[in-house]
Amino acid sequence: MRSARFPILPRRVAAALALFIAAMVALPFFVDSYIVSVLVVVLFAAYFGQAWNIVTGFAGQLSLGHALYVGLGAYASAALFVRYGVPPWLGMFAGMALAALAGSVIAALSFRFRVGGVYFALLTIAFAEFTRILFDHFDWVGATSGLFLPVSNRASIDLLRLRGSPVMFYYCLLALTLGALALSRHLLDRRIGYYWQAIREDQEAAQALGIDVFRYKVAAMALSAAMTSVGGTFLAFYDNNLYPDTVFAVGRSIEIITAPIIGGLGTLFGPILGAFVLTALGEAMTSLTGSFAVSGLKQWSYGVALLLIVALQPAGLWPWLRARLGLGAVRR
Amino acid sequence: MLYLNIIVAGLLTGAVYGLMALGLSVIFGVIRVVNFAHGEMMVLAMYAAFMLNRKTGLDPLVASPLVTAALFLLGYALQRGLINRYIARPDHEQFLLLLAVATIITASLLMGFGPDARNVQLDYAYDSYEIGGVLLDKVRVLAALGAIGGVAALWAFFRFARTGKAIRACADNQVGAQVVGLDVKRLYAITFGLGAACVGAAGCLLLLLIDVQPYIATDYTLLAFIIVILGGLGSMPGALLGGALVGVTEALSGFVVDPSLKSAFSFALLILVLLVRPQGLLGRA
Repeated sequence: MRSARFPILPRRVAAALALFIAAMVALPFFVDSYIVSVLVVVLFAAYFGQAWNIVTGFAGQLSLGHALYVGLGAYASAALFVRYGVPPWLGMFAGMALAALAGSVIAALSFRFRVGGVYFALLTIAFAEFTRILFDHFDWVGATSGLFLPVSNRASIDLLRLRGSPVMFYYCLLALTLGALALSRHLLDRRIGYYWQAIREDQEAAQALGIDVFRYKVAAMALSAAMTSVGGTFLAFYDNNLYPDTVFAVGRSIEIITAPIIGGLGTLFGPILGAFVLTALGEAMTSLTGSFAVSGLKQWSYGVALLLIVALQPAGLWPWLRARLGLGAVRR
Repeated sequence: MLYLNIIVAGLLTGAVYGLMALGLSVIFGVIRVVNFAHGEMMVLAMYAAFMLNRKTGLDPLVASPLVTAALFLLGYALQRGLINRYIARPDHEQFLLLLAVATIITASLLMGFGPDARNVQLDYAYDSYEIGGVLLDKVRVLAALGAIGGVAALWAFFRFARTGKAIRACADNQVGAQVVGLDVKRLYAITFGLGAACVGAAGCLLLLLIDVQPYIATDYTLLAFIIVILGGLGSMPGALLGGALVGVTEALSGFVVDPSLKSAFSFALLILVLLVRPQGLLGRA
C-alpha cells in the first residue's frame, strides 16, 4: 500500500534523475534539428501532462478540457504581443491569471453544485468547446482566420521576446518541465499534497477529517490551469500561428491526458515517461507507415498501441519500469 | 410560420439524436461505463449503410435492421471481450480503453473510405409534405418515425421482456442481481449490444439527413453526451427530450444567429442544466 510519508528521493532515483537531466542538457549538441523538434514535442507533452496530473492525478478530479487553459495562455500572451508589443514573459502572467480564474470558476461552479466524477469531466469538455466556438467569433484575436506572430530569423536568439531557434525552445521547455517536476515533488510533501491525495482516495473521509474539500479541489484546478497556460504561451510563440479550432481542440485535451495516463497517473515521473513513449510511438508509426500510402494507418497503429498498453499495464508504465529498474515500489 | 417550420425540422432531427443518445444512456445507466466511442460506432454504422446502398442499392431505411443487428453483435462482442474486464476500474482507465477503440474505428474508416464526405442519393430526397402550412421534408419525417419506432421497441423490451427486466435489475442492484443468479456479465454484454444497436439504427437514419465522413465522429460523441446529460443519464424519456431540445436549439440558432454558433448554444444549454439541475431534466436525484 501507499507509504504514510514520502521519503526524500531514494538515492538510485536521484542518480537516475541526475543522469537524465545531464543527458537532456547535452542532447542538442549531438543530434540534428529533426530530433530536436521531436524532443520539443516530447517536452510539451511532458509539461502539459505534469500540469494536468496535479488536478487529476493528485486531487483525483478528472478534467477532460485542459485545451481551454492552453488556449487562454496562448491567446492572452500572443494577442498582447502582437497588439501592444508586450513581451511574452509578461503576457504569460496575464494568461496565467486568466486560466487560473477560468479554472477556479469552473471548479467552484461544479463543486458548489455537487457536480463530480463523469459529470465534472463532461462539464470541463463543455466549457472548453464553448470557449473554442466563442474564439471562432472573436475578431480581436483573428477569429477563424487565425492570429499570427511575426516570424523572425530563426538563427538569432531573442530570449526576451521568445523569438529564436527550436533549440532555445527546447531549453526553455526543459527548464519548465524540470520546474514542474520540482514543484509537484514539493507540493506532494506539503500539507496541500496530502490533502489532495486524501480527497482523491476518499472524499467523504477527507471531509470527515476536517479538510476543506471544496477549497483544495478548486486550488488544484486553479494551479493546474495556470501551469497549463504557461505551456500555452510557449506553444503560441513556438508555432507562431493560432487557430481556435486547433488550439482549443478536444483532440488536444485528449492528447494532454494520454501521456500521464500511459506513464502512470498521479506519479511524479509518469507524465514525462508517457510523453517520451507516446511521442516515440507516434514518430515510429509515421516512419514505419510512411512507406505505405494508406491514410489512417498511423492512427490505427496508435490506437492498437494504446489498447495494448491499457490492456497490459493499466496502472501505467512508470510503476512497471520502476519495479524493473529496482527502484522500489512506486508511490502515487 | 417560418419559425414553426424550423422548430418542426429541429424536432424531427432531434428524434434521431434522441435515439443515438439513448444508446449512451442505456450503457451508462446499466454498466456505469461512459462510451467515449459512441459517435465513432455511429459513423461506422453510417458507412455500413452507405456501402449497402452503394453495392446493392438498398435504401438506408430498409438496410437499418441489418445494420442494427450487426452493431448489436459488435457491441456484444466488445463488452464480452474487452470492456467487461474494466467495469470496476477507475474512470481514466475506462476512458483510455474506449479512446483506443474510438481511435481504431476512425482510423479503420479512414483507411477504408478516405477522408471525403459521402452520401446516399435518394429519389425522394426533395419530397415534402405540407400540413396546415408547415412544410415537412419527407426524409426528416421518415428518419424521425424510424427513431421513434426504435425508442418504442427498446422501451417495450425493457418493460416486458424477461431479459429486459433482468437488465433493469442489474442496473438497480448489481450485487442483488448476482445473488439471485443473474449472469451479470452476459447481461452487460447484451446491454452494450443494445446501446450499439441504437447507434446502428440512428446512423442509418442520420445518413438520410447528412453526409458521412470519418472525422464527424467526435462531434457526435459530444452531442450524445450533451443530450443525455440534458435529459438525465439513464432516463429513456430524458434522452428523447434532450434530443428534441438540442435539435430545436441547433435549428433555431443556426437560422437566427449563425450556423457556426449552433453547437455553442447546445454547450451553453448543457452548462446551464449541469449547474442548475445536475441530474438532468428528467433524471432522478
